[in-house]
Amino acid sequence: MALTSTLPPVLRESGQREVFCGLTSIVWLHRRMPDAFFLVVGSRTCAHLIQSAAGVMIFAEPRFGTAILGERDLAGLADANEELDRLVGDLLARRPEIRTLFLVGSCPSEVIKLDLAKAAERINTRMQGRVRVVNYSGSGIETTFTQGEDGALTSLVPLLPSSPDPQLLIVGTLADGVEERFLSLFARMGLETVRTLPPRQSTDLPPVGPGTRLLLAQPFVADTVRALERRGAQRISAPYPLGVEGSCAWMAAAAAAFGIDPQRVAEVLDPLAERGRRALEPLRRKLEGKRLFLLPDSQLEIPLARFLHRECGMELVEVGTPYLDRQLMAEELPLLPEGTQLSEGQDVEKQLERVRASRPDLVVCGMGLANPLEAEGFATKWSIELVFSPIHGCDQAADLAELFARPLNRRELLQWN
Amino acid sequence: MELTLWTYEGPPHVGAMRVAASMEGVHYVLHAPQGDTYADLLFTMIERRDRRPPVTYTTFQARDLGGDTAELVKRSIQQAVDRFQPEALLVGESCTAELIQDQPGSLAHGMDLGVPVVSLDLPAYSKKENWGAAETLYQLCRGLLKDLVPPPGTAKPGPERWKQENRRPRVNLLGPSLLGFRCRDDVRELRSLLADHGIDVNVVAPLGARPADLIRLPAADANLCLYPEVAGPLCSWLERNFGTPVVRTVPIGIGATAQFLRELSSLLGLEPPELREADRSSRLPWYSKSVDSTYLTGKRVFIFADATHAIAAARIASRELGFTVVGLGSYSREQAREVRAAAQELGLEALISDDYLAVEQAMADAAPELVLGTQMERHSAKRLGIPCAVISAPLHVQDVPARYAPQMGWEGANVIFDSWVHPLMMGLEEHLIGMFRHDFEFVDGHFSHLEGASAPALQLPATAAGGASEVTPLSATPEGGALRWTASGEAELSRIPFFVRGKVRRNTEAYANERGVAEITEETLYEAKAHFSR
Repeated sequence: MALTSTLPPVLRESGQREVFCGLTSIVWLHRRMPDAFFLVVGSRTCAHLIQSAAGVMIFAEPRFGTAILGERDLAGLADANEELDRLVGDLLARRPEIRTLFLVGSCPSEVIKLDLAKAAERINTRMQGRVRVVNYSGSGIETTFTQGEDGALTSLVPLLPSSPDPQLLIVGTLADGVEERFLSLFARMGLETVRTLPPRQSTDLPPVGPGTRLLLAQPFVADTVRALERRGAQRISAPYPLGVEGSCAWMAAAAAAFGIDPQRVAEVLDPLAERGRRALEPLRRKLEGKRLFLLPDSQLEIPLARFLHRECGMELVEVGTPYLDRQLMAEELPLLPEGTQLSEGQDVEKQLERVRASRPDLVVCGMGLANPLEAEGFATKWSIELVFSPIHGCDQAADLAELFARPLNRRELLQWN
Repeated sequence: MELTLWTYEGPPHVGAMRVAASMEGVHYVLHAPQGDTYADLLFTMIERRDRRPPVTYTTFQARDLGGDTAELVKRSIQQAVDRFQPEALLVGESCTAELIQDQPGSLAHGMDLGVPVVSLDLPAYSKKENWGAAETLYQLCRGLLKDLVPPPGTAKPGPERWKQENRRPRVNLLGPSLLGFRCRDDVRELRSLLADHGIDVNVVAPLGARPADLIRLPAADANLCLYPEVAGPLCSWLERNFGTPVVRTVPIGIGATAQFLRELSSLLGLEPPELREADRSSRLPWYSKSVDSTYLTGKRVFIFADATHAIAAARIASRELGFTVVGLGSYSREQAREVRAAAQELGLEALISDDYLAVEQAMADAAPELVLGTQMERHSAKRLGIPCAVISAPLHVQDVPARYAPQMGWEGANVIFDSWVHPLMMGLEEHLIGMFRHDFEFVDGHFSHLEGASAPALQLPATAAGGASEVTPLSATPEGGALRWTASGEAELSRIPFFVRGKVRRNTEAYANERGVAEITEETLYEAKAHFSR
């Protein structure tokens, strides 16, 4: 932690924020749990947001939808509750395969104080265990982008069975393939009881208790961690599993927490790390010395900056984050190079002025800003791709670096004369 | 409360953004939480715009709600005016801000901003995107023009005044906007079409217009209401207050373009257009008359789009391509009457709905061979294994092509011919495939134009795939005992060209089997032929 003091004061800004709201996380959560349905209680804007962020409409009937409030619902709250019950009844009758229903609060439902917790309780009673109904808020007045996952996971915590037995619980959605890889690596180290939250089936909830040690796969699950800690679990402090260094430290921290012989851990991890670094080498040559500006978006900015600097040699111009959670970033912040300018929150116009003034080689930003920045001559990388792609783990380190090298490669490839 | 999975239209403030982003010199301050900034990507990603839409969001948060959100609104307005120095300012709110009732429009009017301010009141819980676009365009023009409205009783200038003023006639092109279907290219096509007829373009709005251009709107001799979803209310207001006549025929397709030109010429007192102009200027009439297109006759087509494009498509499909329209509908409730009338002309009942599942069901029930729809119908059609061409918003990035691809005017008709006919099998090719369809080489492959649909007409009644597909190839020993070809039957069969012989044999055997005929003579063969050709 001592190293943190070498960072200059965090630039805190409040102005226009150009970040999705927490509803967006439904796009990956519904794929993770195919037996769950996410019902946003909100407006046409909410429906349009999820549809636009998802980008494709490939599903006949997606496992998410919006209960759109109308003028009639706003006239009286009792009416809105009845309407919601009716609509959920119809939905569950039509989709009998659904085991867990997430009622997701939105900006309008929060403002009119529609009590979704009560609604969930009411519908639960009526469903008599056939479907479990939970609720959380993905509203943009309270959450940003990836925080929606934190809300969804927190809502599941009360449903987890209790168990005092020792186990490792990985918290935060990982791509299925990446997760399997981690489980097999942990097994090789002798760590057999490893569970995940969210699980792949919404009904296959992991237990929690005093023997549970939490390992965070994603840096945006603060509320979930607090809820799990209240159930007796303890968090393992570790950097996030991005890049060779982060992934090895992450796995090693878990192994250490369970008292596994460091020698055995090294036997598993060393060949992986060596191979990962070898795969990274050509990408490092591409990225080394290139200047990087990260705009706040996915909350992955700090671990990414650490990876891109330490393993790929990039220079960090500014590392923006929607919010700075010092506790969950405790292992990451000391790994940032001296003088790294962090910024928290956003005033998008001012931040874009800093981008223009500093002329970075690559800007990581949201989809609304990417093409305008490209048109101004900046290479960009969409941050949303980082939450959809398998980027975690030693084996993925080169793939992760390649996401950032590709825009630069492309610029070198294109010729117009 | 209504369950929505996918939606055709966004909320009304997205319509307002479309107007603001289509124009130059206009800025829109939107009282909205941060999540609403997603709407920027509609423009920067789908439209591939090289700049952000001119929108400042207040992005208020829950912690602001206890305090003074009105102050936040005023600060955002002042900062937007200082930074962007717009020539006109739109001020409004999205769904959430509507609930907290800060009245951003009134706040803006109370500030000394030095620019025209138009306050937008777009009810988010009852209206939708196109309505919002139309209302914004109307309010903006009204706001800029209201002091110029001649007093009641003033003589309105006639559409032929250009003759007295010794100039060419001039018209306004109203309605083209970003996220509208092919508007960019429609404007270019119409400019050239009008120029060919000696007509000048006064103002195009909202696409590419500045506020100062809107002030010139009354100088036109006529308004062309190209996209009624966006321009309808404005055209009516200009007609009422400035006496500008409106041409409401939308020039999509050969017949509609010719009608549009006749109406416009007659209104402006110009020579009527030459009768042969369509044949000279577009390839659609000849391509549709050419022998290859015989195979398009009676193709069953299902149409669902915004009202403008649905109505136009129905006319082109039924009159200019010889298709049979088996379904017609729209999500544009505001234009439902016009869509119903168009459907009635074709002996159909229009489907007016914004529930894509109801549309998909109607599509499956209608068993079409071609779907003309939006991106939503493209996905439904793909699931049902039916070819589809996209003819209307909502858009996907692929509906904003790099090439020139208008829908309106003579070139628009060419584009329509290609883009509707290509998803169908080309005529002769289809004929041959029909002959060979039971040969094993053709089992796959000939549906490759469906882009990955695994099998044709999966969930449709068998009629959709054509009568012949009902006949399954028979095994050598048909059920019900021996099926024997007589010498005369074999002889007749041998006279049939080899490439259809297998099909004829199978069809004849199926026919014989169905009727319990044990012996196939030459007569059986011809009866079977007559049966299957019905």
